[in-house]
Amino acid sequence: MIIAQVVGTVVSTEKHPQYRGYKILVVQPIDPLGKPSKGSFLALDGVQAGVGDRVLVVDEGGSARSVLGDERLVTVRTVACGIVDRIDVENKK
Amino acid sequence: MKLGRVFGTVVSTNKLESLEGLKLLLVQPLDEKGAEAGAAIVAFDVARAGEGDLVFFEAGKEAAQANPNGWFNPADAAIIGIVDSVNVAEGVRKAGAR
Repeated sequence: MIIAQVVGTVVSTEKHPQYRGYKILVVQPIDPLGKPSKGSFLALDGVQAGVGDRVLVVDEGGSARSVLGDERLVTVRTVACGIVDRIDVENKK
Repeated sequence: MKLGRVFGTVVSTNKLESLEGLKLLLVQPLDEKGAEAGAAIVAFDVARAGEGDLVFFEAGKEAAQANPNGWFNPADAAIIGIVDSVNVAEGVRKAGAR
């Protein structure tokens, strides 16, 4: 799983039927201390996340289908599956 | 899934039977601000996209199952949808604006 920050949403009308009804999030991976890494990707929303939230993202089809609760979504791979409340890290010196 | 811009088509006559009738498009992956992110790829299209469209595509084995007319295609990238707009903190970016 990846820790990421939701930085935006994507609106799309013309799309694959399996993606109808799901919110598409633009997420940017962050390290445990919150530093964003370069680049971003898209994830379907499985946990009612919004812009600014830190989320856990799975990038694997089987898990994605299980999060969304629909085994027919064979083309779905990336889904936000949790909203992060807090991250505790040991001070590495 | 990633954002990308369609910038060309690929024509192939002699190909696998299961790829017949599928449009192959050249896609430049982009980040959320529209900057290029990585090398261009070839993806087949299920969203009726065309040149210049901002799209999102899926890679990996999930893409191979994206063709609504068949259950499996030997492909590792598929255009899943056409983007109307991307809403990020800096504001709304309409798909047409490059």
